[in-house]
Amino acid sequence: MDAKYARRRHTNTVAMTLCWGAALFGISWLAFILVALLWNGVAGLNIAVFTEVTPGPGSTGGGLLNAIVGSLIMTTIGVAIGTPIGMLAGTYMAEYGRYAKLTKVVRFINDILLSAPSIIIGLFIYEAVVVPLGHFSALAGSLALAVIVIPVVVRTTEDMLLLVPNTLREASIALGMPRAYMIMRVAYSAARAGIVTGVLLAIARASGETAPLLFTALSSPFLSLDLGKEMANLPVIINNFAGSPYENWRQLAWTGALLITLAVLTLSVGARVLTRQGAQK
Amino acid sequence: MNSVANTLADPTPGGDALPAKLRIKNLKFFYGATLALKGIDLNLYDKHVTAFIGPSGCGKSTLLRVLNRMYDLYPNQRAEGQVLLDGDNLLDPRLDINLLRARVGMVFQKPTPFPMTIYENIAFGIRLYEKLPKSEMDGRVETALKGAALWNEVKDKLHTSGLGLSGGQQQRLCIARTVAIKPEVILFDEPCSALDPISTAKVEELIDELSATYTIAIVTHNMQQAARVSDYTAFMYLGELIEFGPTNAIFTSPKNQRTQEYITGRFG
Amino acid sequence: MTDMTVEADVSSSEAAPDRASALRFLKMSDRAFHWMTFLAAVFVLALLGAIIVSLIVGASPALSTFGFGFVVNERWSPSREIFGALAPIYGTIVTSIIAMLIAVPVGLGIAIFLTELCPMALRRPFGVAIELLAGVPSIIYGIWGFFVLAPLLKETLQPALIDIFEHVPLLNALFAGPAYGIGMLTAGLILAIMILPFITAVSRDVFQTVPPVLKEAAFGVGCTTWEVVGNIVIPFTRVGLVGGVMLALGRALGETMAVTFVIGNSHNISASILAPATTISASIANEFQEASAGLYTSSLVALGLLLFVITFLVLSAARLMLMRIERKTGG
Repeated sequence: MDAKYARRRHTNTVAMTLCWGAALFGISWLAFILVALLWNGVAGLNIAVFTEVTPGPGSTGGGLLNAIVGSLIMTTIGVAIGTPIGMLAGTYMAEYGRYAKLTKVVRFINDILLSAPSIIIGLFIYEAVVVPLGHFSALAGSLALAVIVIPVVVRTTEDMLLLVPNTLREASIALGMPRAYMIMRVAYSAARAGIVTGVLLAIARASGETAPLLFTALSSPFLSLDLGKEMANLPVIINNFAGSPYENWRQLAWTGALLITLAVLTLSVGARVLTRQGAQK
Repeated sequence: MNSVANTLADPTPGGDALPAKLRIKNLKFFYGATLALKGIDLNLYDKHVTAFIGPSGCGKSTLLRVLNRMYDLYPNQRAEGQVLLDGDNLLDPRLDINLLRARVGMVFQKPTPFPMTIYENIAFGIRLYEKLPKSEMDGRVETALKGAALWNEVKDKLHTSGLGLSGGQQQRLCIARTVAIKPEVILFDEPCSALDPISTAKVEELIDELSATYTIAIVTHNMQQAARVSDYTAFMYLGELIEFGPTNAIFTSPKNQRTQEYITGRFG
Repeated sequence: MTDMTVEADVSSSEAAPDRASALRFLKMSDRAFHWMTFLAAVFVLALLGAIIVSLIVGASPALSTFGFGFVVNERWSPSREIFGALAPIYGTIVTSIIAMLIAVPVGLGIAIFLTELCPMALRRPFGVAIELLAGVPSIIYGIWGFFVLAPLLKETLQPALIDIFEHVPLLNALFAGPAYGIGMLTAGLILAIMILPFITAVSRDVFQTVPPVLKEAAFGVGCTTWEVVGNIVIPFTRVGLVGGVMLALGRALGETMAVTFVIGNSHNISASILAPATTISASIANEFQEASAGLYTSSLVALGLLLFVITFLVLSAARLMLMRIERKTGG
């Protein structure tokens, strides 16, 4: 009896030590990445990063201005296109079509889209937009990002609307309010924090995506605001510069990576704070 | 208002001495294949309070939710028969459901303030159907809040969230919201079950006052409450209407064995 | 009675025609909104359809030229316009296996740590940190792997592996030199680190679906923490865990940017996991920009189609499993 108990305790100790070890192992890798990113990224951080465009091959100095502007433009357009579509689709699933067969199918397909490899979305936009137009463009890049944004917003909108208590819906309906008004005035405002969170997460996701932009927006060494032309953006610049032989390009790649990570983490933390506030209310 | 019931000369149920606002005729209700209401015949009299009592699952809440077609929101629920509101059949699919619901207001078991300010909670419903200048809207909101005996408690914080009020205040806000769009019938679905005794007393008093203007139906688990607030009482059991009559008659001399057992607390 | 009731009485009859006219507008906008939401939902379906169609159209020249041979041919020669996908398929599978072998046990370990062992005060910050890391863009992992991890492995782990297994049959082929730094092992390791937060977050969520009473009951009969985890928590959440792991596998299979830098982009199939190779997504990312239109581009799109089919199957299976556990907890 005692021997058996001792063995059980021993097994437990070993297993629990392994779990502690796994936690330490995992955390230390992730810490390693973040420290390396900070160390190398901060080294190149200066005012020129935000005021100068990317340097040509072999030239010195330079910054990321065109890439930052391009990323902002394309992410904004992508989110501006993707968010309304995603919200409307999520609204259908949680409200009008809550019990419809279509909703189950859309939910399943949307979950697939949510986790589909982003490079596939790049190929899709290449075939669907770049080939017919005959050239790469910021517009194509924005559309690719919109396709990334849509499933994220669909998912959170539906989830958050489903959390709105039915009694609130019934109370609005009982006033003689048509469903559209109930949804827009009551359900949306009850679910607002959650939906905004979803949009923030979608922005975070879109702003870090590289693969869908590689052969849609491509890149450009100039500061361009023309949606019909190729446009620089941070992820692709990082991709192109990291593997280059030029020291200043590599440094800019690290700095760009740091900027993206900071932006993404800020958005995620913001989303989290909002959710917490919503939960407290 | 118990005096109204007391002065009724004719004790026979459904003796149409009073004008009926709502006439329910052979109403059946289905949850999928389950028959939840097995042919109900009943009148709600104009400007009187009718209470529905009975053990859980007897169909009293279901009946209430048919009267404003709340069940339309959910799949596989349907009603058969007739519910006539001043002669219009509510169950007629051609009848406009939103217009109907504006005529038949409802107050729920739990307070359901909308996530907006106190003022907006009330102005919102009014704005759906009427375009009013600001001053007139202010007046309507004030009247509604006074009508729900809430004005004095909230007049200094009209533009704060309705979610910040106490449970009892929230419930009165919901009543004010319902009254503000000037319905003809108000349905109360166990309006006091989530409230403390003092708030309950206030809401009951309010129902009493409202009965001068509106036709009221109230579902309650609390028999004392039914006795206090209603003029007529309907006892339901397993989807059937067992007994209906003036409240004092039901509570003092029930004709049916089961009614008597229920009101004396032998089951339920 | 009060003033209010009198007023309401008078105007309720006047309000009726106003309401009817207001209603016409309300009803129209309700119908319009209903239609808009419906169309948006259908649009999501159409999006997937459009993705499939565009990939098939783009891939059709390559598929009609090479037929089924595309999938089983190792040779990838842009200059002779001969394209076979076997090497990228092999690389994709091997790197994903390496990633899963590392990330699944470690991720589960961290999830157990977070739900059972971690001091209460640290659970929230730890959990939040893990979730934040799950959102870090994959290109960050990619350049870290390229600049930091690959040189490090070249100097340390890879020579050590080569030395240790030099005279062990079979394993010496698996760990054959030279140490390039880049290669399938490095790519697999980076993938593992990348999906680690994801596996941890999903498993932790799944573990939290275990009703506390169940665990309390097990502790109540004297089970150790490990026995509770092994006998209650894991069996109870088995389906959800497998679903979460499959979801992570879907990510690993399709991940592009974390892999592209460190895989070596070599269309050779090598037994050694230290050798450079390529994956489906890395081939597309590396070669698409410079590919000449026609058969080369079409072959890369065909690779994309292949990747889509594989991930679609894996993700569908994952979702079906996760739906089962949701239904269980939903009641």
